[in-house]
Amino acid sequence: MLGQIFLGFFRASIFGYGGGPSSIPLVYKEVVDKYQWLSDEEFSDVLALANCLPGPISTKMAGYIGYKLAGVIGLLIAIIATVVPTVFLMIVFIEIINSYKEYPMVEGMIQAVSPIVGVMLLSLAYSFFKNAKVDLGWRLTIGLCIVSFVVYGILHIHPALIIGILLVYGFFFKLPFNKSSKEIEN
Amino acid sequence: MVIYWYIFLAFFFPGIVGYGGGPAYIPLVQTELVEHYQWFTVEEFGQMLAVANTLPGPIVTKIAGLVGYQLGGVFVAFVALFATIAPSLTVMIFLLGVLYKFKDSPQVKRMTSIIRPTLAILLGVLAYQFFSSSWKGVGIIHTLILMAAGTLLLEKWKVNPTWVIVGSLVYGAIFLA
Repeated sequence: MLGQIFLGFFRASIFGYGGGPSSIPLVYKEVVDKYQWLSDEEFSDVLALANCLPGPISTKMAGYIGYKLAGVIGLLIAIIATVVPTVFLMIVFIEIINSYKEYPMVEGMIQAVSPIVGVMLLSLAYSFFKNAKVDLGWRLTIGLCIVSFVVYGILHIHPALIIGILLVYGFFFKLPFNKSSKEIEN
Repeated sequence: MVIYWYIFLAFFFPGIVGYGGGPAYIPLVQTELVEHYQWFTVEEFGQMLAVANTLPGPIVTKIAGLVGYQLGGVFVAFVALFATIAPSLTVMIFLLGVLYKFKDSPQVKRMTSIIRPTLAILLGVLAYQFFSSSWKGVGIIHTLILMAAGTLLLEKWKVNPTWVIVGSLVYGAIFLA
């Protein structure tokens, strides 16, 4: 059982390109299809619960499912299988790059990657903005964007504080100017 | 001793307010590592992101593990990972009943929606920092070429990001060396 937990989450992590959310179907394949630890319905419940909470999705899934299957040991094994192999790869890669840093060729490679990472982040920013407009309506979205820009970009207030305040507000109060708030409330 | 505490905090806060997984977490961690504690430069953080994007597995834990390791070895890597993983996982395991009540509630929906514009701005500002550091490093022409190529390949032609990063490495090795 413990060996299966390790293998299942190891495979889901090491074959999951594009971060945690994209590995969820792979976790499903292991947990529901292959080992049948959870039914389809149980799995979507766990996923929905994990989505209610902040923090990385894949370790919440792995830890919770491991815990259900084999207690604290199961939790630790599932987390180790999800995290350790890919962290190890990451450290090896970065150490290799850093040991060749002085070579102009490697320096050029490192510099060329910055604009690409910038484009990726900009496209993520745009998708957050688009989704926000659907959920909040354009007035609230633009308003929050302007306020966030002033508070973060100009006043340099810590973003965790801004987001924390918004989360508390969202928990206790209804949203203003919200065209689609009816759908959200339902 | 105090470094352990700082590293714990640097990963704890992004973990507890980062609704929405990796994309929400990246700009928050960047603020801690680059702006607040100044352990890394924007370029170093960009390099980390590029490598994390190219390798398999969850991005968030790869960054936490690497940063901890670079700042103080295996034990500090463990501290960073613990700060990232443990808080929300603990809540998930021990407050399951409460969570069930909130699973489809308007509160959760509102909380995930209301922070999206802020996350968009954080990601936008972070993107700008990468463009501007590249501009200073390699000049406007190379920066614009890479931005345009990146946008076309990723957004228009939907090429796998791994190949786009590999392509930019080849470009850098040839034209920026």
